[in-house]
Amino acid sequence: MTDWLTYGFLQRALLAGLVASCLCGVLGFFVVLRRLSFIGVGISHSALGGVALGVLLGIEPVVAAAVFAALVAWSIGWLGTAARLHEDTAIGVMFSAAMALGVILLSFSTQYQSDLLSYLFGNILAVSRSDVWLLVGMAAVVLAGTALVFKELLFAAFDEEVARASGLPVQLLDYFLLTALALTVVVAMRVVGLVLVEALLVIPAAAAYQLARGYKGMLAWAVALASGGTVLGLVSSYQWNTPAGATIVVVQTVLFLLALASRRVRDTHARR
Amino acid sequence: MSEDTSLVVETRDLEVRLDGRRVLWDIDLAIPPGRFVGIIGPNGAGKTTLLRVLLGLVPASSGVVRVFGFPPLEARRRGLRVGYVPQRPMFDPYFPVSVWDVVFMGRVPRIGWFRWGGADDRAQVARAIALVGMKGHEHQRLSELSGGEQQRVFLARALASEARLLLLDEATTGLDLPAQHELYALLQQLRRELGLTIVAVSHDLMELAAHADELVCINGTTHIHGNPQVVLHSHELREAYRCEFDFLYADRSQAAASVHRAGE
Repeated sequence: MTDWLTYGFLQRALLAGLVASCLCGVLGFFVVLRRLSFIGVGISHSALGGVALGVLLGIEPVVAAAVFAALVAWSIGWLGTAARLHEDTAIGVMFSAAMALGVILLSFSTQYQSDLLSYLFGNILAVSRSDVWLLVGMAAVVLAGTALVFKELLFAAFDEEVARASGLPVQLLDYFLLTALALTVVVAMRVVGLVLVEALLVIPAAAAYQLARGYKGMLAWAVALASGGTVLGLVSSYQWNTPAGATIVVVQTVLFLLALASRRVRDTHARR
Repeated sequence: MSEDTSLVVETRDLEVRLDGRRVLWDIDLAIPPGRFVGIIGPNGAGKTTLLRVLLGLVPASSGVVRVFGFPPLEARRRGLRVGYVPQRPMFDPYFPVSVWDVVFMGRVPRIGWFRWGGADDRAQVARAIALVGMKGHEHQRLSELSGGEQQRVFLARALASEARLLLLDEATTGLDLPAQHELYALLQQLRRELGLTIVAVSHDLMELAAHADELVCINGTTHIHGNPQVVLHSHELREAYRCEFDFLYADRSQAAASVHRAGE
């Protein structure tokens, strides 16, 4: 069972998976509490446009996707205020446009069609050494930034109006969160693929919301469940020879259902 | 321009336009320290907008607004804090935060960026929680508290910022009568102990009249301003609300007593 850890590609897969999980756990905390899950879907799907641009221009697709996803995230934020659209409408406009652009751009390049599948559905076993360092670097930047403004982000998430009245730059914090989300999506893209990134972002945090009483507990549970689910998913996919990304998501969902069940049991006991 | 720096809140010829629509005009307020001023008026009268102007969230289109002698944003920059207790259903009731966490949020702007807060901040949070009578509930989850207790926690959050001026927007909405009464009693006590100036917006005329030193009735502009009993029985109040009132209890102490009895 443990012999598989001696393979370099599996070690890298595990490291990439854990880094992406920690990041998704922390950002998922804000996604769930601020009800931003549709923004996550929008940003992750629009990252395809960035991947396509990277492939066409010969830039590292992860970097191109990060820049592109951040631009889309900001324009979602900007459209929401400037065009006075509801956020979900702004997301609907931006992500379909960015994805369509990605599909058209990719049609110009024939040699990378097989790569496309790995970006859409993830190919964690193909993560290279340089990929791992890139992911670790990006994750470290996002986590450090989030830690530095955590108390402000939490205040704005809980009570935007009073946070603004106390002088916090709520809009700037929103843009920070959007940028962090864009980078997180790109990091997680390597692990579960663009189509399933949302799962890693939302499911562990949603499970944590069921289990925790305080925000610190929720944060800890979100990171623990995301990491645990990813490791368990990777091992399962190796055992049963199933696609790694999809298996991770299924395991996360099972953990979520367990969390839900345990909360219901606890609530019933509390009522008695 | 003459300035009375002893006033906590001062507006002169204040006009506010939102999306080109005139929402407030000719608003003149002069509130000295330690006063409890109730702002009443029908729905859509611009009461909340007036509070948002004092908080610096909405700019005045013309006229003068001063808080502690400065324009609202300048006052905030100088650390002259205004505590704000907004309408209740603004937050997610299941947000995983404790009483302590919420009150600590009031400290966040004081602590400043990239810092976590020290012993002094924790002492201020503990003090604010004790002031509103929630000591012993620090670790309780906000969603487990009654509406009245939640409002006290939000009051503590405002106090934790060391605010000298409290702005309350429909703070008693959704509370049952005893809880409303308790909240007003607490406000009176805080005013005495801390010398706070309080500006409260409410549509509940009788309750505000029983507790405020003066009432300001607005409907776009100031209709009448003065002693609660004078305001309550004025022709201008009826004009602002465009309806007649029947008051069962004429004087202030009886109005309070009637409200209290009704809650029991």
